[in-house]
Amino acid sequence: MQPFERLTAPACPLPYANIDTDQLIPARFMKRSRAEGYGGYLLYDMRFSSNGTEIADFPLNQVPYRNAQIIVARRNFGAGSSREAAVYALVDYGIRCVIAPSFGDIFASNSVNNGLLPAKVGERDGEALIGLLQETDAELTVDLEAQTITAKGISVPFAIDPVWRTKLLNGWDDIDITLSQADAIAHFREEDSLIRPWVTPRKRDGAGQTTM
Amino acid sequence: MAESPSGPRTLFDKLWDSHAIVTREDEQTLLWVDRHFVHEGSFHAFNKLKERGASVAHPELTFGIADHYVPTRRSGRSIDPAIQNMIDQLEHNTLENDVLLFGLSDPRQGIVHVVGPEQGLTLPGLLIVCGDSHTSTHGAFGAWGFGIGASEVAHVLMTQTLWQRKPKRMRITVDGTLALGIGAKDIALSIIARIGADGAQGHAVEYAGSAVRSLSMEGRLTLCNLSIEAGARCGMVAPDDTTIAYLRDRPFAPAGDDFMRAAEDWLRLQNDDDAEFDREIALNGSEIAPVVTWGVSPEDALPITMAVPDPESISDPGKAAQVRDALAYMDLRPGQKLTEVPIDRVFIGSCTNSRIEDLRAAAQVLSGRKAKVPGLVSPGSSLVKRQAEAEGLHRIFKEAGLEWVESGCSMCVGMNGDVAQPGERCASTTNRNFKGRQGPGTRTHLMSPAMVAAAAVTGSLADVRPLIEERS
Repeated sequence: MQPFERLTAPACPLPYANIDTDQLIPARFMKRSRAEGYGGYLLYDMRFSSNGTEIADFPLNQVPYRNAQIIVARRNFGAGSSREAAVYALVDYGIRCVIAPSFGDIFASNSVNNGLLPAKVGERDGEALIGLLQETDAELTVDLEAQTITAKGISVPFAIDPVWRTKLLNGWDDIDITLSQADAIAHFREEDSLIRPWVTPRKRDGAGQTTM
Repeated sequence: MAESPSGPRTLFDKLWDSHAIVTREDEQTLLWVDRHFVHEGSFHAFNKLKERGASVAHPELTFGIADHYVPTRRSGRSIDPAIQNMIDQLEHNTLENDVLLFGLSDPRQGIVHVVGPEQGLTLPGLLIVCGDSHTSTHGAFGAWGFGIGASEVAHVLMTQTLWQRKPKRMRITVDGTLALGIGAKDIALSIIARIGADGAQGHAVEYAGSAVRSLSMEGRLTLCNLSIEAGARCGMVAPDDTTIAYLRDRPFAPAGDDFMRAAEDWLRLQNDDDAEFDREIALNGSEIAPVVTWGVSPEDALPITMAVPDPESISDPGKAAQVRDALAYMDLRPGQKLTEVPIDRVFIGSCTNSRIEDLRAAAQVLSGRKAKVPGLVSPGSSLVKRQAEAEGLHRIFKEAGLEWVESGCSMCVGMNGDVAQPGERCASTTNRNFKGRQGPGTRTHLMSPAMVAAAAVTGSLADVRPLIEERS
């Protein structure tokens, strides 16, 4: 995974609360193979009208913001469905950081697993950034080491779980770390089967039906 | 095993402690996963396994269920090849990894969050994950269930573990007696309206109080299901006699003496006296009225007796803009009475409200009445369908003019062919009223099964209470 340290890039304001993962990628596109890239489906029903033409006043369709690598949105970004395809759509479009006052928990976790930074800012700081981006097509600099977002005359702090920060800074993948814990896992299993013997599913054949 | 903290513990603390394998200095904890459910969307995760040349570490704890993409009109119809491909991939991936599959033709097939409990795969004290946000449902049994993304699904497939940081603990207490016609859906939507769609972010929720205690397992499943719509990853109800009675004789649950011993352990899964929560919320159950949503987030919910909010009277400009945008999408007027909102279609189903009790509640209202709009009734599992048919509920739905179809996620997810038409307004027992959730340009109003039935016979959003009172 590509490490995230410091990014200076064009940013797009999306002044909406509750941009859920159904908006980030509508369900009907999720049958597609990731190999095709999901970037074209990002925010599809917000970007395109029903006949497939671009909606001109949607920020991401406007010239200064089309090449954004950073999105600034309002509260509860990425709420809803656990679909990691929502993150794939952002990443494949070229987005590397989303700034918002709050994130859906599962979305934030999925983001970190794909090298996308969910940067949590205060509500007022978020509004200041949105206001700035609406006035001028500014670039933002996101510094993960320092946990700051800076632009013309503005510098605001952001919060991120320290573990996620380390993971993003190093581009780490959990699985290798977990596999190194094989002994601890085996030991847990042994003890647990004595403490909670009822955990193992009783029946595991294909036949038979339940009564209700 | 990781060391338990001293002092009184909550139910959630106990679940956390019993699954903690190691805790790092940075407080990340590696947790053991007791059950892992995979559905058609798991193909991304299985592809990651293939890339690594890995296989499923614990197939005996992994269960496949076809639900998201399955067509609900199955007999004699050809299936869309792209949808068939999703079902085939799941079949292939589970077969290749020796994972038991409840596939399309299995008599036990259904929605994962209905089948798990029904089969006794969901038990108190278990940590249950699935690549689906409504995995919170399983908390109804005093289990710890939460939704995960594809990378995490791959991690669980390969290791049967997950790294997590301990969430904060929130208790939501609902005391009092629910009025006639009020159910778990009304409680849940009232909570979400009160604390917001992100109100419980970062928290593990426990539901308590006499109104929660009085709910059946079906009701508790509905309540815990909607935890994610308040932003909580999980929600739970401590086990009691209702829980134990439900689990007895379920196919995958322990049997005989094993069941007795397990039940003793399960009933001990309670908060210690003086255990503390990071946040407490209380609602008066006797004040809860039938609730409907008017906007595009589950937090946009109001009692049916109220009117559509007016953005002009909202002082916070951000919130006012949000309401204005929602009303434009939903094609509603500020101040319009909710009972004066006409509907085009109804849907009864989904992991939120498709269990036998939900179908009975809707049928009670529909019996001897005609629906003024078309609609679909999709039972939560093939076994629920069979039971409903044994009780004659299917005849009530059909005689009312609704379509009685097979089990699946159906009109809740907009990915299996069951959708509303653009611009249509649907009264729905589902969990998300997001823009386009039931198909591009569709408008969804969330409510209980009884309230959907009331909307069906009225042709508009309606208060179910007079319709029930006429009957009693």
